[in-house]
Amino acid sequence: MAVLTEEQTLLRDAARAWTQEKSPVSAFRRLRDAASPLAYDPAAFAEMAGMGWTGVIIPEAYGGSDFGYLSLGLILEETGRTLTASPILSSALAAASAIVLGGSSAQKEAWLPAIAAGELVATLAVDEGPHHAPAKVGLKAVASGEGWTLTGTKTFVLEGMAAGLFVVSARSGGADSDEAGVTLFLVPTDAAGVTRKALKLADSRGAAVVSLEGVTVGADAVLGEPGQGYALLEQVLDRARAGLAAEMLGAATQAFETTLDYLKTRVQFGQPIGAFQALQHRAAKMFTDLELSRSCVEAALSAIDAGAADVPELVSLAKARMGDTLHLVSNEMVQMHGGIGMTDAHDAGLYLKRARSQEATFGGQAWHRDRYARLNGY
Amino acid sequence: MEAFRAEARGWLEDNLPASLRGGAEAIESALMRGERLGGDAELWRRRLAEKGWGVPTWPVAYGGGGLSTAEAKVLAQEMAALGAGNPMLGMGTSMLGPTLLESGTEDQKRRHLPPIARGEMRWCQGYSEPGAGSDLAALQTRCEDAGDHWRLNGQKIWTSGAQWADWCFCLVRTDTRRKHDGISFVLVNMRQSGVETRPIRLIAGNSPFCETFFTDARVEKDDMVGPLNGGWTIAKRLLQHERSGQGGGGRIRGGGASLPELAETYVGRDESGQIADADLRGRILANAMDARAQTLTLKRAAEEPRGNQDPGATTSIMKNSGTRIGQDKAELTLEILGAQGLGWEGLDFSDEERAAVRAWLGGKATTIYGGSFEIQNNIIAKRILGLPDPLGPARNQTAS
Repeated sequence: MAVLTEEQTLLRDAARAWTQEKSPVSAFRRLRDAASPLAYDPAAFAEMAGMGWTGVIIPEAYGGSDFGYLSLGLILEETGRTLTASPILSSALAAASAIVLGGSSAQKEAWLPAIAAGELVATLAVDEGPHHAPAKVGLKAVASGEGWTLTGTKTFVLEGMAAGLFVVSARSGGADSDEAGVTLFLVPTDAAGVTRKALKLADSRGAAVVSLEGVTVGADAVLGEPGQGYALLEQVLDRARAGLAAEMLGAATQAFETTLDYLKTRVQFGQPIGAFQALQHRAAKMFTDLELSRSCVEAALSAIDAGAADVPELVSLAKARMGDTLHLVSNEMVQMHGGIGMTDAHDAGLYLKRARSQEATFGGQAWHRDRYARLNGY
Repeated sequence: MEAFRAEARGWLEDNLPASLRGGAEAIESALMRGERLGGDAELWRRRLAEKGWGVPTWPVAYGGGGLSTAEAKVLAQEMAALGAGNPMLGMGTSMLGPTLLESGTEDQKRRHLPPIARGEMRWCQGYSEPGAGSDLAALQTRCEDAGDHWRLNGQKIWTSGAQWADWCFCLVRTDTRRKHDGISFVLVNMRQSGVETRPIRLIAGNSPFCETFFTDARVEKDDMVGPLNGGWTIAKRLLQHERSGQGGGGRIRGGGASLPELAETYVGRDESGQIADADLRGRILANAMDARAQTLTLKRAAEEPRGNQDPGATTSIMKNSGTRIGQDKAELTLEILGAQGLGWEGLDFSDEERAAVRAWLGGKATTIYGGSFEIQNNIIAKRILGLPDPLGPARNQTAS
């Protein structure tokens, strides 16, 4: 655990108490079984917003607390532990970062207070294919009159059905996969020409395919400068990746602790299976990996707060290593639980499914390792 | 703290001989080879001893600098900035000293700590025996009451630097009926006729370790640390100090050029500018990312509050991850060098190439000594994770 301020300690403790009491894994299971189209519980989300969790990285002038990314990471770690479903990551972290970093004061005024209050869900609409590829933008932005016309499709849009606002990456110039010529737009989801369809995912979280058919927006919908959106997008994505890594850290830690409890209680051959060295050493490896990955996640979040120059590489280090660790722990959770781990009634499957979804979101391990290599001149 | 930084910097600039600036590694490797310091290095040792800054956090009464942990950190930073080596480094300062400070009598501290603090006494560690490696508590070196002293008979092995050590801190059996509770911790003067050392040649060609034989060797009555048959607790504590100075507490071994730099020279880049062998590139990268994670974890461990400065069981984690990453790096180095990474002697190979081979072989020891990789995993499983002891009651059976 990083060295925390008193405020951060209070925030973390409150998040732990609330998630354990109000949002245990059983709450997520009920949500899944109810197959609600939102894929999260609006009442629970309202409680989170009431505790200020949706305003942590938003400046005080726009209704937030400006506590920073490490603070929000502490909350996400706790919600990650219990697989709590909420738009905090997509809206209060990712989309809010886009507006905080790139928005005009009018845009901030228009959107941030609503996001901070939890009244509006905003989200990034970035990827278009099966793999994360932020520069691969085919959705077209054509200048028309005073504004722009947008046409194209985005997939795997987190909370895409719940959102009231999309942050859309579009191509206003350059060729496919060029970093130049990408523009970010703020598109209200009720704009004419916007359609969306829920994706039914293995992990039962909310995502959508979003289509824009000749959607017209004004010049004031552009976030930052036209054609210059890629650098901003990378900054926003790095914040989202670091927050996601914190959520993954929570999920992996809980998956490990649940498994460890089982090793101490499940008896075979007349002794707890945790007395077997083959399992002990695998447990020791998981614990060691968790400790190293925790250092990377906290370093990435702290670097963002400090405005450090090495944020991109620390974020890729964190996302890649955390992904590897979560991958290992989620698999071992099933394996070490044996048959019970294969049943739907047990939580292991929920953690396993969520793990793969988190690993793939905003770039998987391979993508981030390659990025780390390129940033270091390999 | 900035005032202390200025003071430390000023003192170092005034007292560190110019010839030793940037010479930290030279001093440390000379100490590792058991060489006595001479010339400017000896002058530097005496000045540092006078100031007590070779062991900055030890009390002044025992030859230390009496600094706070925070001040010692600043001093270390300033020494690193000048590349100033510490001539007091050794098992005396890193292992025995902290143990005596915790568990020694006032008399033991006054007799043994100042010579360590001044870098005048070299210590070695008499723990392992031919029949007591990972199962250290099976040790059988006998220590018997001979009236006015203790009489020592038996054999130790893997005694680092025994051939040039002045003293040895040693685990001995004082009760054959009980295993862990029959062990005592004694300090043995190596300069006596009952002690014989024989260096052991290792796969890397060097001989950093010895066999040490005790034949009616003499131990003074007041050189038993802790109570009779109470040595195991002290031994474990000392091992924590040892581990915190290994792979874990320390940096990752395998210095010199970075792997991407070596790969550029020996493997080349493809037309897109990447290391030409994609598979090798991936593995170099994985090692670099592991190393970065290790560094960040060491930093985190140093920053987090840890109550009483207890190195604790977390040192086992850091030792295992650090040593494994270092070994992976050494293997990758060899692979990158190709045929040039197979040289043993002669001018067909550069100094760096031959050193890489020796370092690769020597590094295999890191997951064996100080408690093997497997023993560390046992410690993590039991002490941190609270899993049951796989040996159960068998662990405490009497040594036979």
